[in-house]
Amino acid sequence: MTQEEIKQASNIVQTKPRLLNDNTMHYCPGCSHGVVHKLVAEVIEEMGAEHIAIAIAPVGCAVMAYNYIDVDWIEAAHGRAPAIATAVKRLNPSRLVFTYQGDGDLAAIGTAETIHAANRGENIAIIFINNGIYGMTGGQMAPTTLEGQVTSTTPYGRRVELNGYPLRMTDILAMLDGTCYVTRQSVHTAAAVRKAKKAIRKAFENSMAGLGTSVVEIVSTCSSGWKMSPVKANEWMEENMFVKYPIGDLKDTTSTNTAPSSL
Amino acid sequence: MAKIIGAVDINRERCKGCDLCVVACPCDVLKLQPKEVNDRGYHFVTDENPDKCIGCAACATVCPDGCITVYRVVEK
Repeated sequence: MTQEEIKQASNIVQTKPRLLNDNTMHYCPGCSHGVVHKLVAEVIEEMGAEHIAIAIAPVGCAVMAYNYIDVDWIEAAHGRAPAIATAVKRLNPSRLVFTYQGDGDLAAIGTAETIHAANRGENIAIIFINNGIYGMTGGQMAPTTLEGQVTSTTPYGRRVELNGYPLRMTDILAMLDGTCYVTRQSVHTAAAVRKAKKAIRKAFENSMAGLGTSVVEIVSTCSSGWKMSPVKANEWMEENMFVKYPIGDLKDTTSTNTAPSSL
Repeated sequence: MAKIIGAVDINRERCKGCDLCVVACPCDVLKLQPKEVNDRGYHFVTDENPDKCIGCAACATVCPDGCITVYRVVEK
């Protein structure tokens, strides 16, 4: 069989999702944002929710996410994405509303908005990209930066007595009564990407079913901020990030309702 | 016995040469161009050994930019 015979449209197993448009992403090579964008686009396409999806963009590297995923977006002030999502979902309960935030947005300046939106049990999905650094502004220390991790503002490593401990935001959110599904995933291997996709799908379905707030943390790499190659950054993440941020479900009160629904 | 044959199509201009697909591929199909670059100066990835591809789509799954289209045929 020749390559031309194999490369027929009917034989396609996987390709760029339709909702991910042709604009070249501004993310650095190997950035986890690209993978998560792809998953979000795939999930919305599979749910047939492109006409009812309203996404809230953060401030951070993903600030220009509206350039890449072809759904409706609102740009929030720094950290205020869950507050905007609250308003959008309350005014349009039939819409799929989700926020897409980084750790500087969700865990630093937006801590109050995030915790209170989750505590109110707003029917939104929160996608939280945790790479342990402020990637967009030049690799400064974030609340999620690991102990001893070298960043441009902690050149000798993060010191607990000076900078405090890494903030495990997802664990805090899991303790709140308003959240129904809190999980921590990663996208460093093909198997992990598939699990993360299932988690995002479940979060979106919970949002539409009105079960409460769903939080999907994606432990990510920032190869530019960590000053490593993308492959090395994945290895470093497995060795260091997963110790502080172990992968798995932290809370799931929806386990009886696992049947996939289409909209 | 049924044989699974795969093939990959790579969008060279979109590729940023991050090397993640090369590591993810279980069959050593993909390789970064050592010298050639695309319009934005990245050493894009190519299918060095197209005959080895089994169409598992691991490369397309981990690709951050969605550059790879994977095809699979089951030959009986």
